[in-house]
Amino acid sequence: MTETITVNETEYPIPADPRVSLLDFLRQHVGLTGTKKGCDHGQCGACTVLVNGMRINSCLSLAVMHGGDSVTTIEGLGNPENPSALQKAFVEHDGYQCGYCTPGQVCSATAMLQEIDNGWPSDASESLEGEVELTADEIRERMSGNLCRCGAYPNIVAAIRDAAKEDAA
Amino acid sequence: MRPFDYQRADGLTHAGQLADADEAAYIAGGTNLLDLMKLQVETPRRLVDINKVGMREIEQTDDGGLRIGALATNTATASHDLVRRNYPVLARAILAGATQQLRNRATTGGNLCQRTRCYYFTNIDQPCNKREPGSGCGAIQGIARLHAILGTSSQCIATYPGDMAVALSALDAKVEIASESGERTVPVRDFHCLPGDTPWRDNVLEAGEIITSVVLPPPVAGRQSYRKVRERSSYAFALVSIASIVEMEGDMIARADLAFGGVAHIPWHDERLSNLLVGQAPDRKLFDKAADLLLEDAQGYGENDFKIPLARRTLHAVLSEATGVDQ
Ligand SMILES: Cc1cc2nc3c(=O)[nH]c(=O)nc-3n(C[C@H](O)[C@H](O)[C@H](O)COP(=O)(O)OP(=O)(O)OC[C@H]3O[C@@H](n4cnc5c(N)ncnc54)[C@H](O)[C@@H]3O)c2cc1C
Ligand code: SF4
Ligand code: FES
Ligand code: FES
Repeated sequence: MTETITVNETEYPIPADPRVSLLDFLRQHVGLTGTKKGCDHGQCGACTVLVNGMRINSCLSLAVMHGGDSVTTIEGLGNPENPSALQKAFVEHDGYQCGYCTPGQVCSATAMLQEIDNGWPSDASESLEGEVELTADEIRERMSGNLCRCGAYPNIVAAIRDAAKEDAA
Repeated sequence: MRPFDYQRADGLTHAGQLADADEAAYIAGGTNLLDLMKLQVETPRRLVDINKVGMREIEQTDDGGLRIGALATNTATASHDLVRRNYPVLARAILAGATQQLRNRATTGGNLCQRTRCYYFTNIDQPCNKREPGSGCGAIQGIARLHAILGTSSQCIATYPGDMAVALSALDAKVEIASESGERTVPVRDFHCLPGDTPWRDNVLEAGEIITSVVLPPPVAGRQSYRKVRERSSYAFALVSIASIVEMEGDMIARADLAFGGVAHIPWHDERLSNLLVGQAPDRKLFDKAADLLLEDAQGYGENDFKIPLARRTLHAVLSEATGVDQ
């Protein structure tokens, strides 16, 4: 039985060399280059993808450790004809300049909205138990793993707030 | 990254067998180990993947404590109802560390064993007694902003960088460890090692030993907090941090369990502080005495001299807040 990884609903075989990171697997083996490599050390978030719905840094994980897992990349969230609510909001609010960090930002924000639905607290949450209110501080803290060298942060926060409102409506 | 042989363990015994090889390393979340393998700071010949071994549960123990599996992710622990309700200092410490992406992968065992962020340790072109015994310590007389002020040695002044273990130390949690020769339990307070003459040794784990879980004692009364002072307000390692559990009885301090991060090669716990504080009425003079005691043997190395007054002020802030004394 060869093990596979499901990426955006298609199965791919796991590479033979165990050194291949999940990030390099996605970009070079599967050919999905939306996911970006910024630092390759877990520091910038450009490589953020969803694995079984949870956001992780694909650069700090080996493809071989993901047999049977289901990965969603930016390509799996939507496309220009049919963008996700967050993708649309990023466009509307100019949530980027060069765009390099954007796939990671969008994947990260997609998972973040789910985490808030789950009621998971963050370092910025006043209480560990209460409902999470999506303040700018909450967004900034929860998105702190996604750096933007262009400094598009204010518009990223605005885009996320907007998409979240739509989500709730 | 150097080539290695990848093996997946399907149970605890299997993991032990696979690890019984030259230069084998367990891999859990991989967020620390892979980072260091890319830098060739770590060069294991075999990786034993323990993600299919189980040990992910978080469950109550018979005496009302909580057992957290070694493979439970930091996210699972920090968002667990019982942790949030009964051990807020632990939830807060975890949430103050790294990012959501990293915490989603990071595990209890891996977090405890994470290695120092000393810049000389992570750069293989630099001397470092921890990475390469006998090569010297680049940080002493070098760039030492992140480095320790307590319990250092002439061989190494690195800090243990983690947050979670500082809370576990304040809570007096125990680490459960297994190996082919049996099981043992080590208090978190004794799990990490001071550098001494063996700076390469971070903790008491012997080759092949595996952490199976961490056990918290039954919840105690009092106010719990984790205060982390860092270069920016998110996503940075601690310069100084304090995990505290403080209980008041009337005007007296009835409990003061404190642990300190960012100041030593281990989560720093000094029993003498509890002895000094408990049974006393809190005031600024008492907090000063506590800081004097904590920092009695503190030593700075130039760039990190600021940590000594910073630790004092942070302790003041934490104790004032916990006891309701005006600063
Ligand atoms: C950019 C960045 C920022 C970070 N910021 C913070 C921060 O602010 N605060 C903080 O506390 N941490 C921080 N971290 C560190 C992070 O918390 C650790 O990388 C993580 O907790 C390690 O867990 P893991 O499961 O991924 O470990 P792994 O990388 O899988 O393993 C780490 C070590 O533990 C050993 N190990 C793992 N599991 C076991 C076991 N069950 N038994 C025995 N040995 C075991 C491995 O062999 C390895 O030596 C940061 C990391 C990064 C990359
Ligand atoms: S402080 Fe320790 S880890 Fe850093 S260079 Fe010196 S010996 Fe190496
Ligand atoms: S490329 Fe993975 S976090 Fe920067
Ligand atoms: S848009 Fe350029 S890095 Fe974020």
